[in-house]
Amino acid sequence: MTVTTNTDALPRVRLQLERSMPTILTLAAKEVREGIRNRWVLATTLLLAALALTLALLGSAPTGTVGASRLDVVTVSLASLTIFLVPLIALLLSHDAIAGEAERGTLLLLLAYPVGRTAVILGKFLGQLAILGFATTFGYGAAALVVGWNLGAAAWGAFAAMVAASVLLGAVFLALGLLASTLVRQRSTAGGIAIGLWLFFVLIYDMAFLGLLVASGGHSLPPLLIDALLALNPTDAYRLLTLGMAGTGSLTGIGALAGHTALTPPILVAVLLAWTAAPLALATSVFARREL
Amino acid sequence: MMKTVALEGVTKRYGSVVAVRDLDLALHAGETVALVGHNGAGKTTQIKMMLGLARPTSGSVRLLGFDPSTAASSIRAQVGYLPESVSFHLALTGRETLGFYARLKGLDSRSLDPALAEVGLIGAADRAIGTYSKGMRQRLGLAQALLGHPRVLILDEPTSGLDPALRREFYAIVSARASEGATVLLASHALTELEGRAHRVVILNQGQKIADGTLDDLRSAARLPVSVRIRPVGRFAAIGWRRLADGSFETEVAAGGKLPLLAWLLSDASAIADLTITEPTLDDLYAHFLRREAA
Repeated sequence: MTVTTNTDALPRVRLQLERSMPTILTLAAKEVREGIRNRWVLATTLLLAALALTLALLGSAPTGTVGASRLDVVTVSLASLTIFLVPLIALLLSHDAIAGEAERGTLLLLLAYPVGRTAVILGKFLGQLAILGFATTFGYGAAALVVGWNLGAAAWGAFAAMVAASVLLGAVFLALGLLASTLVRQRSTAGGIAIGLWLFFVLIYDMAFLGLLVASGGHSLPPLLIDALLALNPTDAYRLLTLGMAGTGSLTGIGALAGHTALTPPILVAVLLAWTAAPLALATSVFARREL
Repeated sequence: MMKTVALEGVTKRYGSVVAVRDLDLALHAGETVALVGHNGAGKTTQIKMMLGLARPTSGSVRLLGFDPSTAASSIRAQVGYLPESVSFHLALTGRETLGFYARLKGLDSRSLDPALAEVGLIGAADRAIGTYSKGMRQRLGLAQALLGHPRVLILDEPTSGLDPALRREFYAIVSARASEGATVLLASHALTELEGRAHRVVILNQGQKIADGTLDDLRSAARLPVSVRIRPVGRFAAIGWRRLADGSFETEVAAGGKLPLLAWLLSDASAIADLTITEPTLDDLYAHFLRREAA
């Protein structure tokens, strides 16, 4: 009886992952511990909480007559905040991951240990995701509690979905930052790439997209092209996902767009997951080939 | 003696640069070997290949019988390594950092206290590494290399920046491990301090091994002259002696001529107030082998 390599490969990868799980968790735990010690966790949580509270308190003033719940207003404002801030925090966290260790000399030491290179990438990613997830959940959670602790389950559901989507957006940029960190030798170069990525995905892409829409007069672009252009930028996918959601959609201009697009929430989540997995896979393969 | 590390015909190129050229080297259990060479002579490249961090362009590298770049974790866990310049995260404590490395080697936290005590860091274990002195950081680096009693210990410039007392302590710890049967490889360009610490000296130049043997082997191969200096009681005159500024005399004699010379000098011991014999140092030997290579 012959077994094809395809059916054989998957359990083997799985076995390898299971074996390196303790290592991955050890690496992730160290990442979190460093984040706590150098006040990254505290600083980002406080920053997100402070900005979220400001938005929440400002945003809660004019409601009551619009028909939207106050928590919904907060959810929408926080989603807009996320698009700028969360990618930036994620890139700041992750661009240093490999390049920084290489510069400090600890990368050589780490890889001299019985540690797989894939485990290094995944461990760093998981640790940083935990930091970002903590900061987003608790930072935004504080604001939501102040404004909407007695509001309905639907509003809380939308809020929770927004937080989850924000962490997912963070994961995308953590993966991109990690990729930048494995591609170059110096952390300053990795930092430059990280800033470039942020500018491109958060500012330039949307401006160019808007320019394209204006130039075309809003009619001649086929919907499929618009969908593709939205999916090609993780921040747009996030925008569509959170601002187009039921309950909050009516508050935003994106709500109108969301009605016409074929990009349903499950597709958008899949897009964001792919945006996380692809850079991670690329970083892993680049790192595996890298000569130290 | 059991071979722990073996390099056969190893060449490593980075682009057009040849970092290591056709190198044969075998290290054995219980042996302390000094790997000596300029910066850029290929020491670190060679170490990286032994650790499986770089693959040779041609030739074979064996670590405990396996190819280190594909060896199982259980093999790689038997190697201790201290890189040339390593800076641990300053905000973590010594114990936390060591604990991290212990977990990577699959050791439990009970191994930490003995490891910290061995390098004399137990008192500072719970302080942040940012508060450590250079010597303490280096001792922490040694502690992680010693974790789990590795069979092969590779230390790259381990004592650079340490004061002499710490250096002695450092070598005492390392030689204790060698006498327990570990292979110790000390890469260094500080030669004089390796005197008496290494069983064998390997000299590298431009990626090639130009000498390999015990210090005595190298001394007799080099046939470097021994310098003899005397302070005469009264007048002293002999052919081939230089008069030095402080009134003493110095001459150089080939290794074989040392004892006859001494016999002659001591035939009238009352004429000599003091006598100093200076054997060629490792630095002299190193310079000799480099000169021979250039010629």
